Amino acid sequence: MTSRPNGEPLVRLSGVNKWFGELHVLQDIDLDIARGEVVVVIGPSGSGKSTLCRTINRLEPIEKGEITIDGERLPEEGKQLARLRADVGMVFQSFNLFAHKTILENVTLGPLKVRKQSKGDAEKRARELLERVGVTAQADKYPAQLSGGQQQRVAIARALAMDPKVMLFDEPTSALDPEMINEVLDVMTSLAREGMTMVVVTHEMGFARRAANRVVFMDGGRIVETAEPETFFTNPQSPRAQDFLSKILNH
Amino acid sequence: MSFLAENFPLIRDAFLTTLSLAVVSGICALILGTVLAAMRVSPVPALRGLATFYVELFRNTPLTVVFFFLAFGIVYVDLQFPSRFITAVAALSLYTAAFVCEALRSGINAVPAGQAEAARALGLDFRQSLTTVVLPQAFRTVVPPLGNVWIALAKNTSIAAGFAVADLTALLQRLSNSAADELALVFVAVVAGYLVITLPSAWAISVLERRLAIVR
Ligand SMILES: Nc1ncnc2c1ncn2[C@@H]1O[C@H](COP(=O)(O)OP(=O)(O)OP(=O)(O)O)[C@@H](O)[C@H]1O
Ligand SMILES: [Mg+2]
Repeated sequence: MTSRPNGEPLVRLSGVNKWFGELHVLQDIDLDIARGEVVVVIGPSGSGKSTLCRTINRLEPIEKGEITIDGERLPEEGKQLARLRADVGMVFQSFNLFAHKTILENVTLGPLKVRKQSKGDAEKRARELLERVGVTAQADKYPAQLSGGQQQRVAIARALAMDPKVMLFDEPTSALDPEMINEVLDVMTSLAREGMTMVVVTHEMGFARRAANRVVFMDGGRIVETAEPETFFTNPQSPRAQDFLSKILNH
Repeated sequence: MSFLAENFPLIRDAFLTTLSLAVVSGICALILGTVLAAMRVSPVPALRGLATFYVELFRNTPLTVVFFFLAFGIVYVDLQFPSRFITAVAALSLYTAAFVCEALRSGINAVPAGQAEAARALGLDFRQSLTTVVLPQAFRTVVPPLGNVWIALAKNTSIAAGFAVADLTALLQRLSNSAADELALVFVAVVAGYLVITLPSAWAISVLERRLAIVR
């Protein structure tokens, strides 16, 4: 995966600024993400990666700038925002499966409540998705009865059930035991191959090399460097990226 | 014992009055308290402020004063309740709703923030994520504190006796005047009446608590 897909950007951030009180967490962020593109966001802890990810579905509001998805500006609040969020899938570090619902119910909740699908349709599709992520046998269990890797794969299925235009992943494997990381990355890699537009905050370089079109390096609330994965990992331009890579590579 | 048998219709009516005061007020307080709790966690600052004001007002006012206001004070604003029973229900409901709200709010706060975030990220609006994701999980953790609110409510119904509602406590006053020599028996009957209301609910609460417990 080397060539950048063309066309109108699906997600566009322009001049995005955000503060947490005094802290200027996002500073003049400009980022266009094309349809079908996979962007990996990387950077030191506290650099604003999660915040960036969360502004794209407005889990974090921004103070300045503009974010559009498929040409449509993110609404402030209310029903329109909810409708737009339905088109943006999100996978969290801590899975956040609904603890009081079964695996199947977790996956059908959005289609039933937001897309107003019939129960039969929603369940049929949910079972297909659970099969795809390899947790069919667990459909009637509760989240706490599953391993972390299984829960995260269900979380991916839950997001996919909404047929999102773009998927956001915020460190989807960092809460997992090492032996479960690959089962999640494999699902994500196949999604990327199938042309899903993805923004992935991760330090998994293997995944970035395999699946990403671009790596975005953040530091101190800014995008410091943007490059193709191979170029970024072998020949980073900015001193801060060089410093960061030397630290994570030595581990 | 024959004394109790003679007065059985009186005792029965008093018991049913206390029971219906508690049940009707309990239901009203649960509904109003849930609305208040939803307001307290809503994204609209005005709603949050209003609910906070309500809770602080009623939580810090003695129940007897609430009764007084509804029974007598309210005529100044040209409003009167059609019956003493309804006045009592209104006072008990308004007062108890504040405690229901606080119990629910602590339950809502105990639900990890990621649950509501995941719901919003799926495209559920505020009301949907509250009713399908947050509240069902909150209700489970609030069964014990809500149980305490219910028991307090059952006992608080006795204040209605001071406002001419013929409940168990009113019966105690009345019979202890007319049958002072049977006072011990009257006490036993009245206390038993309250226990019949609170004890089974304490038991039901512990069963509910075990049934609803969620594994995390
Ligand atoms: N809700 C919040 N309130 C105040 N400050 C916050 C909040 N969330 C994040 N921050 C701060 O904003 C900065 C950026 O946080 P963010 O979580 O986006 O970083 P990150 O790059 O994802 O870091 P990590 O790799 O540790 O996840 C940090 O300094 C963090 O402490
Ligand atoms: Mg983060």
